[in-house]
Amino acid sequence: MLVAHLVERRGSFELNVELTAAAGETTVLVGESGAGKTSILRLLAGLDHPDRGAIRLDGDVYADVAAGVLRPAWDRDIGYVAQDFSLFPHLTVFDNVAFGLRGRGAPRREITASVDEALRLAGVADLAGRLPSQLSGGQQQRAALARALVLRPRLLLLDEPLSALDVHTRRQLRGELRALLRELPCVTIYVTHSPLEALVFGDRIVVVEEGKNSQAGSREELLRHPRSRYVAELIGTNLFVGRWAALVSGGPVVRTSDGVLALGNTSGDGPVFAAVSPTEITLYREPPESSAQNVFAGTVLELAPEPPAGERVRVALGTDPPLVAEVTEAAIAALGLREGMLVYAAFKATGVSTYM
Amino acid sequence: MQRSSESALTRVLQAVAAVGLVLLVTLLALPLAGLVTRIPPATLLARLREPVVLDALRLSLLTSAASTGLVVLLGLPVAYQLASREFPGKRLIELLVDLPMVLPPTVAGVALLTAFGRAGLAGGALHAIGLSLPFSTLGVVVAQSFVSAPFFIRATRAGLAAVDRRYLDAAATLRSPPSLTFFRVMLPLALPSLLAGAAMSWARALGEFGATITFAGNMPGITQTMPLAVYIALQSDLDAAIALSVLLLAVSVAVLVAVRLVPLGLALPIADARRPSR
Repeated sequence: MLVAHLVERRGSFELNVELTAAAGETTVLVGESGAGKTSILRLLAGLDHPDRGAIRLDGDVYADVAAGVLRPAWDRDIGYVAQDFSLFPHLTVFDNVAFGLRGRGAPRREITASVDEALRLAGVADLAGRLPSQLSGGQQQRAALARALVLRPRLLLLDEPLSALDVHTRRQLRGELRALLRELPCVTIYVTHSPLEALVFGDRIVVVEEGKNSQAGSREELLRHPRSRYVAELIGTNLFVGRWAALVSGGPVVRTSDGVLALGNTSGDGPVFAAVSPTEITLYREPPESSAQNVFAGTVLELAPEPPAGERVRVALGTDPPLVAEVTEAAIAALGLREGMLVYAAFKATGVSTYM
Repeated sequence: MQRSSESALTRVLQAVAAVGLVLLVTLLALPLAGLVTRIPPATLLARLREPVVLDALRLSLLTSAASTGLVVLLGLPVAYQLASREFPGKRLIELLVDLPMVLPPTVAGVALLTAFGRAGLAGGALHAIGLSLPFSTLGVVVAQSFVSAPFFIRATRAGLAAVDRRYLDAAATLRSPPSLTFFRVMLPLALPSLLAGAAMSWARALGEFGATITFAGNMPGITQTMPLAVYIALQSDLDAAIALSVLLLAVSVAVLVAVRLVPLGLALPIADARRPSR
């Protein structure tokens, strides 16, 4: 179990995150570049030290600024795979993987056995004699992973492990890496900017925004109950943040900074999140006279066909607040929808899911 | 109009550059040609077999090897400190390290005398432990080390500083403390620069004249190195001076070629160390 509270100030940027991660699970830190994800990994690794806070792994204190404890990276039970892999260019793959074991002074036979096993596990057993410059990106990634895993770390830190790879290799490695990580008994922290990777790898997902963790939870929680615009955007849904209220005319509503949202049967008190799935939204060219109680006007910003077949199309709207709708190709054709056109986006009160 | 005058200017500049190049190459190449064509190879070999020449050669090889060893031993920690840390007085140390490169060698010799001579600042202390540097072979080594150290330190410092931080970080995450990382990562990656620096330093020591003759004198077999022997031979026997000079020239060329070839052979790692491959 990893428990960390990290505060680091770099110029005008302040990182302040609380983090817990369980052994045997992969915890994904997801966020835009510059949100502070790599800084968090470097602090956990001990390559940098926090200004305030503490890091505890099981019973061990890796850092506790108040108590004056700051253990350097080489004194922590970690494995670290940097975004660019950082394989030693003057050593073969075998020697790269053996580096940590040799430093420990392990017996030669044990080193050979451990390295061979790690290389096999990572699928690069046949490349042991090569130099890093003779490897493809995917092979370098595997070698770097083997180098980190051979020491059997209790905390594995992966910084965008797939982002330096081409699309084809990334897709191929994704499944393999997922299967591999699932077997590991250690705490795994996986940093990515890709929502897809977050959902594929994250047993638990921590969203990092501007140096803060804005939301943490299981994949399901995140998908069902996004709690910030950024998370909603990540998972491709619409989110309103506001407060419960009731209209004189009857039904419960959510008051947001962007207006009033009519709701179904639920009601409550205090702050509330309201999510609207893009498939709940219907588009009209004229103000609708349908039963939908929520209507927003705006221009079409972008039409993006959804993979794989593209029979559904995501429509980004310049409404206030911005909405995303998902409609069929037939509907696009019927409406004659194109970018820049003024449309009305409507959804029923019952199409809004609310949560505290 | 504007354009044609510009292109005329360009042509003039190109012509000047071409003339300059020819003159410079002539200045550099002609003496070399004179040196190697002056006496026939057979005479050359005969000359080089004379005892005084062999003595000077032996002494030069011995002292230059010793001074290079000393420079590497003492220079490496200095280069490391300069490359990896900021500390008070760093600028002063840098100045001090570079100074022998621009100091006239005879001045260096006089300075060495005032420091390590019998009446020098540290002369008494050295004498007390039974050590006398001036006019001894050891003095030659000290003089050579003094003038050649900057070449090694500069190159090595640049090489160490060019080692990408990422590799040092990677080593740290693999349980390697900084002291071990220096030997296992930094030094191997900076090795081409280190070897080039050592070779340049050695060549400078081999050619040392001014500081040596001032500080250590000119005693055959004890302090008379090759450059000194050349100078002495010149007074009496031009052919002998030329023979010695050709020998030194051959050694210099060999060093230059070696310096060019060594980084080439190791170019792969160092290129990678500077530019991450993806």
